[in-house]
Amino acid sequence: MNAPGVGTGRYIGQRVRRKEDPRLLTGRGQFVDDIVVPGMLHAAFTRSPIARGRIVSIDTAIARDVPGVHAVYTQADLAHFKVDMINFYLVSPAVETTPLANGRVAYVGEPVALVIADSRHIAEDAASLVEVQYADETPVVSIAQARSGAPVHPATTSNISAQMGEEEPDEELEALLRDAPHLITHQVVHQRISQSPMETRGVLAVRDGAEELTLYITCQSPHLVARWVSLALGLRQTAIRVIAKDVGGGFGLKNHPWKEEVSVILAVLAFGRPLKWIEDRYENLIGANQSREAEMVLRTAFDAEGRVLASHGDYSCNNGAYPQLEECNIAVHMFLWAAYKMPRYGFLTRGWYTNTVGLAAYRGPWAMESLIRETALDVAARRIGIDPIEIRRRNLVRLQDQPTLSCMSIPIEDITPAECLEQLVQYFDVAAFRKEQAAARKAGRYLGLGIATYIEPTGAAGSIVTMTGELAQVRIEPTGRVTATMSTHSQGHGTATTMAQIIADRLGVPYEDVTVFEGDSSRGGFSPGAAGSRQGVVAGGAAIKASELLADKVRLLAGHLLETSPDLVRIENGMAHVAGKPELSRSLRSIAEIAYGEPDRLPPGLEPGLEAQYRYQPPPMTLASAANACVVEVDAETGMVKILRWISAEDCGTAINPAVVEGQIAGGLAQAIGMVLLEEMTFDAAGNPTAATYKDYLLPAISDIPDFEFVHCSTPSKSVGGMRGVGEGGAIIGAPTLVNAIADALAPFGEIPLRLPLTPTRLLSLIEGRDLAAKVEHPQPEEASAATAAADTPATVPAPVDQPVPAARAPEPAAPSGPQIDGDWKMVLSTPVGPQAMVGHFETDGTALSGYLKSEQGSMGFTGIVEGNRLKFDLKVDKPMKITLKYDITIEGARLTGKVKMGIFGTAKLVGERG
Amino acid sequence: MSEHRISMTINGLRHVSNAEARVSLSDFLRGNAGCTGVHIGCEHGVCGACTVIVDGLAVRGCLMLAVQAEGAEVTTVEGLAAGDGTLHPVQQALYDEFALQCGFCTPGVVMTLAALTAPGSKANEQQLLAAMSGHICRCTGYQGIRRAAKKLAAAPAGEQP
Ligand code: FES
Ligand code: FES
Repeated sequence: MNAPGVGTGRYIGQRVRRKEDPRLLTGRGQFVDDIVVPGMLHAAFTRSPIARGRIVSIDTAIARDVPGVHAVYTQADLAHFKVDMINFYLVSPAVETTPLANGRVAYVGEPVALVIADSRHIAEDAASLVEVQYADETPVVSIAQARSGAPVHPATTSNISAQMGEEEPDEELEALLRDAPHLITHQVVHQRISQSPMETRGVLAVRDGAEELTLYITCQSPHLVARWVSLALGLRQTAIRVIAKDVGGGFGLKNHPWKEEVSVILAVLAFGRPLKWIEDRYENLIGANQSREAEMVLRTAFDAEGRVLASHGDYSCNNGAYPQLEECNIAVHMFLWAAYKMPRYGFLTRGWYTNTVGLAAYRGPWAMESLIRETALDVAARRIGIDPIEIRRRNLVRLQDQPTLSCMSIPIEDITPAECLEQLVQYFDVAAFRKEQAAARKAGRYLGLGIATYIEPTGAAGSIVTMTGELAQVRIEPTGRVTATMSTHSQGHGTATTMAQIIADRLGVPYEDVTVFEGDSSRGGFSPGAAGSRQGVVAGGAAIKASELLADKVRLLAGHLLETSPDLVRIENGMAHVAGKPELSRSLRSIAEIAYGEPDRLPPGLEPGLEAQYRYQPPPMTLASAANACVVEVDAETGMVKILRWISAEDCGTAINPAVVEGQIAGGLAQAIGMVLLEEMTFDAAGNPTAATYKDYLLPAISDIPDFEFVHCSTPSKSVGGMRGVGEGGAIIGAPTLVNAIADALAPFGEIPLRLPLTPTRLLSLIEGRDLAAKVEHPQPEEASAATAAADTPATVPAPVDQPVPAARAPEPAAPSGPQIDGDWKMVLSTPVGPQAMVGHFETDGTALSGYLKSEQGSMGFTGIVEGNRLKFDLKVDKPMKITLKYDITIEGARLTGKVKMGIFGTAKLVGERG
Repeated sequence: MSEHRISMTINGLRHVSNAEARVSLSDFLRGNAGCTGVHIGCEHGVCGACTVIVDGLAVRGCLMLAVQAEGAEVTTVEGLAAGDGTLHPVQQALYDEFALQCGFCTPGVVMTLAALTAPGSKANEQQLLAAMSGHICRCTGYQGIRRAAKKLAAAPAGEQP
């Protein structure tokens, strides 16, 4: 019944038209700004015009006097609400984060005051009349500045927001790299990106009675928003209902509320009347959390035949001032070589605070791994003199090599990038292209072919606190029609369509008879919604299981009513049939009427009604794979790139609706094309965002995007239904595919410095052999040195220019006599999922140490040793995987610092103080 | 700010209401006339989501003041489908070709294509695609929009698919 492979059916696998479309095509969607409630007021923000400084004074008197203004709030007015701005993992931030600026500002656009007025126009007028005096300070804008600049957050000692991996070189790994026949050192500088959903952020908060709060909000899961708001605001006694029927794109920006949305909710709790805030595009481009902005150097050793031997990655990302997740993107390293036969990998990964708006997720948040690996492989192929397809064939893990463990100990099973690559080259005639390319080059035209392969973990459920299974509740109404309430959420994903297809298929009813409801936290159960390409896999499995349960019930009841065995009952097209007895056929409506209305006619013990629900827990990890190819022509006169062809060969397992699958891939590829050629969120030296409109921040238009050709490889996964997930893949694999094509086209000129976006100016620098890019495009001197350091030199830390000097710190008062170790210590460990607070309790007896660590997750005891003021002990943990944590702690006076070796995750920092 | 009494025909019905001189046509249509199908994506004329038809021409509602539309004949996305729900040929083509995902950009796309394929207009494929380059869609990668535009250009005027 539930064999994993489903393939195609009456509706599964068919290009049925989307249920969402008629309302959206006729202007009857319901986006947050479309909702109006009686008594509703409007909010606007006063935002910081400087990137860093102290707030000397705020005068709201003039703003308050504007007719139509009801209130003006600053952080001081809202401080009595204790807000914990938790991240996606529900963990508190490492630095104090408040909804409105609290005495200091740390980025241009930071909300400082909130105005409540009768109309949006009046609110904006008044917001501009709030007088704020700032004492300016020199901002830290780039990663290079963050390395040596004054801490963005005065309470911290450095700008490192998160760090993992090893700072000390691993001599064995270094020797492998040094002694290999080929060592490729490859650098990628990735620009900052604005997720730019076409619908900006927005919220309408309504207080319904004392203990109810309704939020209409643009989000990626109403359930997650309800959970987040309840925990962040400590509203345990409040019934929170979150409604988001239509959302105009999310892409990672709308995972959970942030400063502005929280300010609006608090203002409603304080003021009482319904309040709406709709972000305008200027606010969205400067004040909404952005994404990417990272630099990475990957060193990879190859043998003479191009087989990978060892590799090391050094990654840094600019987290901005208040990131939604203080992270160093451990997933980049986890998945970098996961699909390749890489024997050994080491890394150092860091996130940096700067005086820019904080980062949030963006489709494929760890995509740097595919970008740098796939582009490095092409550089290697050119250097070693082998074909880019061949270098992948030699290194990819094939189906016959599986199951296996990756160099980062990830179980690799059921991945098909090598197989996708073979299907791709069967479809695309590489030899013919190479001929065409050679002929074109003779004529002074530069064609290039880019190939890339990748895998992506999808369908996550269970490894992260918010990544859960999905719930499907399906019922056959007394009318015979089918209603499903799903925990899914669509910001364009079309889940009301794909889930209805599954239910119709598995229940045996017409697709037209199925209606799927989602988008309301008061219906269905918890799920994180759209995140990590998971809904097709997890909710798809839930819809299948719930439909099967319900079909079983229908068969049981029909069998009883028709006096035949349930096994002989077949449901088809909304009718129950008995094999060989057409006269016994009954409509689902007639069966449902009995199920609900005539309980006496049910078999003994059968619950009345026709309802079923199932929460599906998929296998721990599902993986999608793909291989892409693209052909470009680069105009050597202008540096313009024209994409001539693009082929996507993906394996997303069972495609519930190939048109929806292709739509997801195409949308992701378009975003990747934007990343490689156009989009760049830039800042000047003072930290001012200089791409504050869509005339400066260039999004791809129809003329920038080619027709995509699709090859569906469709190997069913082991999850129920066989889906593998498809949301993020295009955005991940698109970038290396296009970069490789451009690099191939321009190979006669040398290697392209990989600083995104590859604007015509930057490409002309290579073509003309002059550093045009440095002169024209970089206001900040250190960026130019990064550009010239690209490609083949290891990352050097560029000399800081015009940097504030870190304030000298007063020396710690010396401990009176010997270290005082025993007792409780408040400690914070920087883990891959954000800072983890805990209490450490130590008891010493000579050189023997015992104690326990206590956190919200529970308490674990340990024993270890004491060496003077150093404590050493080991702890074994099971989640997220089995590893031994090796603690090494140094105590100085009332402060505690230390390192924790976390197996393959490298070393994490620990800080603490007397508790 | 001066208040003005503004009257116009919206989707065939007369509409009269007051608005300040600074109110854009898109805000007026959404706020005063309840045409929430008019979407606002950028308010600076780049994204095209706010496109409506004013006296037969596709215009960006965010770049025009409501007072400038005094006396005009305005059509929004709500005014295209027939009373019985039958979709306008442009809507039908976009529906058939999976040309939308979140649907936020969609009303603007619909209105531009409707203006350029209206009876009497002879926009060819090239012109329709060129016009589409003035609409930003962050979701779809434009594949379905392009297919729909080609289909609409291929069908003779008045006999759209
Ligand atoms: S809202 Fe008018 S063009 Fe974007
Ligand atoms: S469908 Fe979402 S922006 Fe076009």
